[in-house]
Amino acid sequence: MLEAFGITPQALVAQLLVGLINGSFYAILSLGLAIIFGLLNVINFTHGAQYMLGAFFAWIGLTQVGNWLGMPDFSINYWVALVAAPLLVGAIGIVIERLMLKRLYHLDHLYGLLLTFGLALVIEGMFRHWYGISGESYSVPEALQGGFRLESFGLFLPKYRMWVIVASLAVCIATWYMIERTKLGNYLRAGTENPKLLQALGINVPLMITLTYGFGVALAAFAGVLAAPVFQVNPVMGSNLIIVVFAVVVIGGMGSIAGSIVTGLALGLLEGLTKVFYPEASSMVIFVVMAIVLLVRPAGLFGKEK
Amino acid sequence: MSANTRILYTVLLAFLAVVPFQDFVYIVFVMKLLCFALFASAFNLLLGYTGLLSFGHAAFFGGAAYVTAHASKAWGLSPELAILLGMLYACVTGYLFGSLAIRRQGIYFAMITLALSQLIFFLALQMKFTGGEDGIQGVPRGHLFRLIDLSSDTAMYYFVLVLFLVGFLLIQRTIHSPFGQVLKSIRENEPRAISLGYDVKRFKLLAFVISATLAGMAGSMKSLVFQLATLTDVHWHMSGEVVLMTILGGIGTLLGPIVGAGLVIGLQNYLAGIGSFSTIVLGAIFVVCVLAFRRGIVGECLAYFERYQEAKDRRRGL
Repeated sequence: MLEAFGITPQALVAQLLVGLINGSFYAILSLGLAIIFGLLNVINFTHGAQYMLGAFFAWIGLTQVGNWLGMPDFSINYWVALVAAPLLVGAIGIVIERLMLKRLYHLDHLYGLLLTFGLALVIEGMFRHWYGISGESYSVPEALQGGFRLESFGLFLPKYRMWVIVASLAVCIATWYMIERTKLGNYLRAGTENPKLLQALGINVPLMITLTYGFGVALAAFAGVLAAPVFQVNPVMGSNLIIVVFAVVVIGGMGSIAGSIVTGLALGLLEGLTKVFYPEASSMVIFVVMAIVLLVRPAGLFGKEK
Repeated sequence: MSANTRILYTVLLAFLAVVPFQDFVYIVFVMKLLCFALFASAFNLLLGYTGLLSFGHAAFFGGAAYVTAHASKAWGLSPELAILLGMLYACVTGYLFGSLAIRRQGIYFAMITLALSQLIFFLALQMKFTGGEDGIQGVPRGHLFRLIDLSSDTAMYYFVLVLFLVGFLLIQRTIHSPFGQVLKSIRENEPRAISLGYDVKRFKLLAFVISATLAGMAGSMKSLVFQLATLTDVHWHMSGEVVLMTILGGIGTLLGPIVGAGLVIGLQNYLAGIGSFSTIVLGAIFVVCVLAFRRGIVGECLAYFERYQEAKDRRRGL
């Protein structure tokens, strides 16, 4: 059947794999946005820039830091970066929340969006100023080079790409478990429902808000490190992605954690499929889906009408 | 209009009228400024007076720029018709996007308009007539009403100035009309406006369409001034820039967007030599503005005068 369209099964599977990878990035990023929005009521426009920071910190750690310290042999490898970059970006996020975002909670939610938009401009501008927009390549870590060849299907599955899917799914599921099934998640969900009541019960809500922002941002940086070997590390990698993620969030609705994971993956796959059947529309399909969802179900697929 | 504002407007207009007869300011720069001032004023009608934050106005500005450029270059339409066609495009797109976006509120509204405007960006990138990465270059300015040659900067300048004034007066009229009062009431308290029997969605949509159409007019003007329509005009950075201008200048004030446009365009011009420094500086100013001076330049000045006046009255009363 596929041959009738001039499409080989190999091409189909390859594109689906790319779609699944993009989908896992959409999932992690929209998950972070949803968590932050739930508690802070802020749409974090800086999310894309923080994803880019994660990738850049990994790249700086691997190739630059040794020279800066005067020890050319010293470098921070991929596995350390996978932990260190999110921690660093999360810490920067905590500073941003404490110094700036916190002052805007009593105002219209739009000011949070505007502030984070301004911050995104500053961060992106700085990296464009230092590194240009040409992009740097980050080599795949040794343990994950090469891939599996499935002779019977004529397929080649690169190890690193498989790892990206597994790792991001694992992080998404762990986050879901933490929020939906643990004591800490209980507090978090209670804070989303009614922060004042939760505070009255003796929980330090401002601290919780700060840590939540740090965590959401760290998720973005984690996705950034995962993305570094797949895409080019460049200053605008985040801003192009974040708009798609916004559309994903509108489609899924920010009501449920599982919802944003599933929507992210599904839309990534859909994008991959479109690339096979009608490549010209692949960059637009998610926005078209968003328009349709808005017509049929304005609150989003998993959202609740408030 | 008080006597003071009337004097201010007269002085501003006098300055604008003599721009072609001096050498201090580059005339094309003033034309650019007028285009963006109109763009920001149109945007302010939506954000400042209706309380809707659109993050997708580049779709109207840039899309209309493409339509006008194509109409002028490929079809040889005269400039006034080319601009009207660009506005028609912006009006129709504004209606479509607006009716989708007003289904959600607040932050979602911003995200939806942003995502929808990306559709226009990708269309501009992929369609044949837009010339992809190159855009449409060498757009002829043509003859106004087939009579007046606009290829001289002076003629073009007065054409742009007249269009700007028409757009600005239209916005001023809208704001002070009963319709504008309803818009303000929606901004202040939407549930109450609904309970008073206003069909809020229709008002919002109409405001969106007016704002989009005027943004389109600004884009069309820009494409004739620079004889160029490019991807920069439809990129979401452009949508962000107009948000920047409006907030820096002062949302909900008539002159704010114009001052903001002047500041942003001026800074970009001044810092153009130093890579992407203008983005960093503008972003930082914007952050400070959101944190500390939410009324913007003009808004803060007005507030200051008000306090000053009050203090004076109180002293007189004592």
